[in-house]
Amino acid sequence: MKRENNMLVNAIDREVPSTVNGSKVIPYKGVDKHRPEGFKYAPKVATCIDFPNDGNKLVSGLKEALIKSGLRDGMTISTHHHFRNGDLIANKIFEIASELNVKNLIWFPSASFECHSELIKYMDNGTIHHIEGSLNGALGRYVSYGNMKGMGVLRSHGGRYQAVQDGEVQIDIAVIAAPTADGFGNANGVNGPSACGLLGFALADSQYANKVVVVTDNLVLFPCLPWQIQGNYVDYVVKVDKIGIPENILSGTTAITKSPDRLFLAKLTARFCEHAGIIKDGFSFQAGAGGTSLAVGFYFAEVLKRKGIKARFARGGSNKFLVDMLKDNLLDFILDGQTFDLDGVNSMRHNPNHVDTSPFTSYNYHGKGNFAQLVDVVVLGATEVDVNFNGNVVTHSDGLLLHGLGGWQNCLFSKCTILPIPLFRDRIPVIKDHVTTVCGPGELIDVIITERGIAINPLRKDLIEKTRGSGLPIKSIYELKDEAERICGVPQKPVFGDEVVAIIKWVDGTVIDSVRKVIE
Amino acid sequence: MEMTNEFCAGNKGEKIRSDCFVSLELKEEGVIEIGLSSKVESNYGKHIRLLCLEILDYFKIRHAILNIEDSGALDFVIAARLEAVIKQAIITDKEFLLKFIPENELVTTKNRHRVTRLYLPGNTPSLMLNSGIHKPDGVILDLEDAVAFSKKQEARFLVRNALRSLNFLGVERMVRINQFPEGLKDLPYIIPHNVNLVLIPKCEDEVQIKTISSHIDKIQKKSESINPVWLMPIIESAKGILNIIEIAKSSDMIVAIAIGLEDYTADLGVKRTPLGLESLFARTKIVTTCKAFGIQPIDSVFSDVENLEGLKENVLASKSIGFEGMGCIHPRQIEIISKHFAPTDDEIEEAKTIVFAYNDAIKNGLGVISLGTKMIDAPVVEKSKNIIKQAISSQRLDENWTD
Repeated sequence: MKRENNMLVNAIDREVPSTVNGSKVIPYKGVDKHRPEGFKYAPKVATCIDFPNDGNKLVSGLKEALIKSGLRDGMTISTHHHFRNGDLIANKIFEIASELNVKNLIWFPSASFECHSELIKYMDNGTIHHIEGSLNGALGRYVSYGNMKGMGVLRSHGGRYQAVQDGEVQIDIAVIAAPTADGFGNANGVNGPSACGLLGFALADSQYANKVVVVTDNLVLFPCLPWQIQGNYVDYVVKVDKIGIPENILSGTTAITKSPDRLFLAKLTARFCEHAGIIKDGFSFQAGAGGTSLAVGFYFAEVLKRKGIKARFARGGSNKFLVDMLKDNLLDFILDGQTFDLDGVNSMRHNPNHVDTSPFTSYNYHGKGNFAQLVDVVVLGATEVDVNFNGNVVTHSDGLLLHGLGGWQNCLFSKCTILPIPLFRDRIPVIKDHVTTVCGPGELIDVIITERGIAINPLRKDLIEKTRGSGLPIKSIYELKDEAERICGVPQKPVFGDEVVAIIKWVDGTVIDSVRKVIE
Repeated sequence: MEMTNEFCAGNKGEKIRSDCFVSLELKEEGVIEIGLSSKVESNYGKHIRLLCLEILDYFKIRHAILNIEDSGALDFVIAARLEAVIKQAIITDKEFLLKFIPENELVTTKNRHRVTRLYLPGNTPSLMLNSGIHKPDGVILDLEDAVAFSKKQEARFLVRNALRSLNFLGVERMVRINQFPEGLKDLPYIIPHNVNLVLIPKCEDEVQIKTISSHIDKIQKKSESINPVWLMPIIESAKGILNIIEIAKSSDMIVAIAIGLEDYTADLGVKRTPLGLESLFARTKIVTTCKAFGIQPIDSVFSDVENLEGLKENVLASKSIGFEGMGCIHPRQIEIISKHFAPTDDEIEEAKTIVFAYNDAIKNGLGVISLGTKMIDAPVVEKSKNIIKQAISSQRLDENWTD
């Protein structure tokens, strides 16, 4: 099926298939060019008379819930990734499906982690047909070598919400692991032994899936408050002994990186933002939980303290570091999409200025406005960028698909997108003529900060002007590329197979690039 | 030529980056077989194979099995590892030298600032690659304590290649050789490759300096290198302290003397304390001697990398008794050491006035520089310029301060 595909060239000059897993897809048209029409997808009408009068939706176990939900061949099953590498539920679902001899399921997670490598055996035995979600580590390798039956579909967090609202993905059964829930299905992530903070990534699933199963290891009497997931959407509730491994749920790093090279990048990033006038009273920022990003936040805080000003809001991934900024009055609000540590969970529980959000709030393409555009600066990573500032976050330069998109594409819409990245990693230059996989178009990427110089997108004349004479090491992207190649040598072009193993969706649902099979 | 022996060099393992492990087996017949496993195979596989073939050919090795386990090593590292195994296998005077990059033609002056010097283990390429970005005054490629005994020889090739091919971004390139007399063996690997300064560890008397100096002279003559190679003896024993005046006088190339307190306190049989009363005599003796001979006194490294507050206290104390710099064992120490050795606001203001007066004098063609009624000597101008440089490098003064 994959080989017969008609390939089209999209607006960013990439070959993409015309059909994916049997459905027609739309090639990328450019930023802000695609406007779907019609009505949002809606699940079947439910009627309360079909549900127990006493509000008790408990069933005996996950197996019964899946059978009652009508589990059968070819269904789309969704899960969320708030438990990150501590998730026990996704694997369990497919173990049950395999036992029941159900075939060709589509797994639609909001992200996958190393703990989901176990699912490879269910792809081998035909239980899972393909995955639509991030493909990390071992799963990514499996897909890269062309072992998955169907084509992988990678979406951003916002793009996942968009696909659900468009009806492009119709979830048959959503299984929502919840750290605390009541028998009616109201659920939250802030309480219980497996607390993960919030459940925002499961919100769309609860609203749009045909059947919704809440699984918890901490069943409380009605009402479970706060009800981040509302029981009105929920069909069945399952109580199990353990839904996750707490130490792997809250595994975000809370210590500032000790890597001197990363600290250097982070500091240079903060210096850039200060010179460019970005760090000012009432500004807003998003910095991830990765080593460098966290350190950027740390240096932002230093600048705020020194100037006696504060930020209006920060977008989380929250962790101890952001929470301390909130406590120290360097920050008015945390708008949190996921919680990385216990400090984050506690803060969300007790501090009304630490607010849980979902991809609907933050990134939704079908919203009436886009929060992501209000953020003054986002600091993101990338595996590669090219001389046109296009960015790649999913594949490495050898073509292996090893990471998901996360909220990366969505964040590019901020007022200033900065990628602090080393000029080369293990000899591989990060700046290319063409990235292996385009995940984000260069027109949305403003600044590349490397340890050997800063390249500002020529489109951002304002930033170029503001940092003139600042003493910052501003260079052209071509100079940086040449410098990397002087150090590392010019890389040879890797040879890929013709077969498309996965596609990358843009935030609007169009296809921005495809990932080719890697030849072993 | 020895036959059918297997030789190896380099490093491998999960934590190893930017390095490679090379093993070579010489054969009596057949072709060159290269087994390469590399994380950068699809981007640099061909390139690495060609480089290896070129090097084997250069040493006239025609029949061999070469295995490389590569963790993203750059050419200068691969070449060093391969040369190290080849020279275990055959006896030859030939050296495989990669291009000498123009950035490394740097010549340094006697009075250059040496406040922060970053130690880099001589056999660990990953730590060398970005060392220049942290802007220490110098980097020390360490062949002594940071290299295991069994790795001494392969480290020499690596350090040689780094001195030629790795861009240290304008930082003074120093090498700490091994303790005398073993350190004499290090010199042929560094002197012809424009090393700027040689650190001489556990220096005990002037004979060592004189012997090393004459070796350096000979190598320089042979390799036709003319740039100065400065010396920095490190005093690490009671005997060294007592001989320090003779040591300081022993060569014009000595620009600084450092103290190594771990070994010094061990030699005394006492514990090294934060206050450092046990080494006060040694430290003040070094400072006084250096000042008397117009060279830089350099303090011992501060070994607790985590304790930045402690480092700051240590630097302030060190500066207060006259030291002018300190070794760094981690890049994060650089900023603190640089900042707290840096001149105070008053010192900077005074230096600015002197440099202005000097510039005026030059502009007006005056031979004598005066400030009010005071005459300014050349060394004072030099010192003031250094203060300005230091102030700029610690970001206390704008680069365009004269505008």
